[in-house]
Amino acid sequence: MQDLFHIGGKELTSRLLLGTGKYASNQMIPQIMEASGSQVVTVAMRRVDTDFEEENILNHIPGNCVLMPNTSGARNAQEAIRIARLARAAGCGDWVKIEVISDNRYLLPDNYETIKATEVLAAEGFQVFPYMSPDLMVAKELVKVGAAAVMPLGAPIGSNRGLKTKELVRILIEEIPLPIIVDAGIGRPSEAAEAMEMGAAAILVNTAVATARDPVIMARAFGMAVEAGRAAFLAGPGAARQYASASSPLTGFLRED
Amino acid sequence: MKILFNGKEILAEDGMTIAGLLEQRQLKPETVIVELNFQLVKKEKWSDTPLKENDSIEVLRFVGGG
Amino acid sequence: MSFYQETLGYKEFDYAQFFNRVTREDIGRILYQNRLSELDYLALLSPAAEECLEEMAQRAHRLTVQHFGRVILLYTPMYLANYCVNQCVYCGFGRQNPIERQKLTLEEVAAEAKMIAATGLKHILILTGESRQHAPVSYIRDCVKVLKQYFTSISIEIYPLAEGEYKELIAAGVDGLTLYQEVYDEEVYGQLHLAGPKRDYRWRLEGPERACRAGIRTVNVGALLGLHNWRSEAFFSGLHANYLQNRYTDVEVSISPPRMRPHAGGFPPRVVIRDKNLVQYILAFRLFMPRGGITLSTRESALLRDRLLKLGITKMSAGSCTAVGGRILGEEPTGQFDISDDRDVRAMAHMLYSQGYQPVFKDWQTLE
Repeated sequence: MQDLFHIGGKELTSRLLLGTGKYASNQMIPQIMEASGSQVVTVAMRRVDTDFEEENILNHIPGNCVLMPNTSGARNAQEAIRIARLARAAGCGDWVKIEVISDNRYLLPDNYETIKATEVLAAEGFQVFPYMSPDLMVAKELVKVGAAAVMPLGAPIGSNRGLKTKELVRILIEEIPLPIIVDAGIGRPSEAAEAMEMGAAAILVNTAVATARDPVIMARAFGMAVEAGRAAFLAGPGAARQYASASSPLTGFLRED
Repeated sequence: MKILFNGKEILAEDGMTIAGLLEQRQLKPETVIVELNFQLVKKEKWSDTPLKENDSIEVLRFVGGG
Repeated sequence: MSFYQETLGYKEFDYAQFFNRVTREDIGRILYQNRLSELDYLALLSPAAEECLEEMAQRAHRLTVQHFGRVILLYTPMYLANYCVNQCVYCGFGRQNPIERQKLTLEEVAAEAKMIAATGLKHILILTGESRQHAPVSYIRDCVKVLKQYFTSISIEIYPLAEGEYKELIAAGVDGLTLYQEVYDEEVYGQLHLAGPKRDYRWRLEGPERACRAGIRTVNVGALLGLHNWRSEAFFSGLHANYLQNRYTDVEVSISPPRMRPHAGGFPPRVVIRDKNLVQYILAFRLFMPRGGITLSTRESALLRDRLLKLGITKMSAGSCTAVGGRILGEEPTGQFDISDDRDVRAMAHMLYSQGYQPVFKDWQTLE
């Protein structure tokens, strides 16, 4: 059975999205993409540091990958909008991950500014992927203003702590008609599989792969975990019977007539 | 003349173009994006866009990110 | 976008084929999901699910106790007027029926309110037939102002209004709306509503949403069971409630599963709804919307109501009378339909306590 992932105007076969930060060397990226099967990568945009010549990360990203520039560094909606427009003008396509962080201690996203940026950019024709703290009302607002997906965090960014927000993410999966992509916090493949089994549409991982002892093998493990979780979700787990025999029947009266 | 380069004030020769500034700063043109006074400037225009007093130029590049 | 568009999505749906494919295993799987899809709900309404009623009942009971506790809200209906310009073949108030037409004066409203309030009830449901001439919005508003002195919660079951009119009544003190679609099947609807403004299927269907937009606090929808295939009608009632709950998250949405009762005019039910069908509907809806309200009226017998209580019911009427001014006028005029459980509030409260439930008289009060 072909299970295609329709998202942001594209049709993908993989439901794993990868970040490109924190790698020991950008040269590794093509191997990581290949091992994981991922077709979407996030990149960030920064002011150049003239004291230290860097290479352009785009040179290391395979041509068939969808680019998802993020707005990291933005502290409010206005800055996020500016970065998104620059990225599109620079030829990165129309996908953008909104990431607005005004809290340097926990790096938690600013949901309020994220909604504002999403509204403006969606109206300009962007496919907007807002990264957010899982909150139902905020997610509904994001649907209303035209987001392409909703990306709740599993735990604080880079923390590798797993799916700590599970119950809240479950509510988003149940209530929100857009794909829910769990972004941030996923530290192990088993956690990615768990989120997919629950019905998440995709997983975005960076730190867990980039900081593994062997990032290429870990990338492969995440690819398989996401696939396994997705397959389990589609298969629909069997019933775990809770009431083998009821002590006092509630519908016995129906047999009287 | 004084210009603002990535938020820092620097001195540049009068009439210097964007391309000239990048060369002086040893930045490879193929790896960067240039925004002049909040407007993106396309690569093809860099060699014939002269900078003026108090211009604000931002030079950015894509880096790894999650 | 309104619920009308949603119903169009099921216009060509083949129910027989869908029901044929539902197995007991499907039901077992659906019973333990956290969240049911629309088609999961329909599967629970299938003939195959009849084999699993006890298991559904255990789960429905648990969910109800979990979300609502062991409490039942009591309310009573009060008929203000029975003038009606509609010709609905199944209704005792239909204009075709030669019954005595009446409308309470504001003094009579106060007198009846006093009698009801003396029983301890604080929630009232006021009803009229559809006659903008005899029971205009301004009359209903005036009645609400009188009733506010006696009750903390006032719901209306009247003809569908425009959003601005709902706002007007909400401002006067109305906090709840009951508006039954009667029949969700548009074609059958057309056959049963022969004349009058009620012929406008869509205006009625979208009434509850207009009330939600106007800021109502509770909304109660449903089909009148007996007019058409109960499985698809129960399905649409649930979809309607779910549609409203998804879009108006701050509104308390509930359904009623009213079965047709004898009435003046004598139109026999087109479809017989057995007790086990009613039970299946209540259980399926509870599993589909664990937090949705379910209202059970005195159309059902005392014996059956006592047994349905634990399956998912959250609101019940007590001390009902379906005739205009029935409580203050000595002799009983013709009601909209014959009630089947004539216990008064005290008897209902006693029954609830004896089953381990607490009757709630006042659940809500609008703050000025």
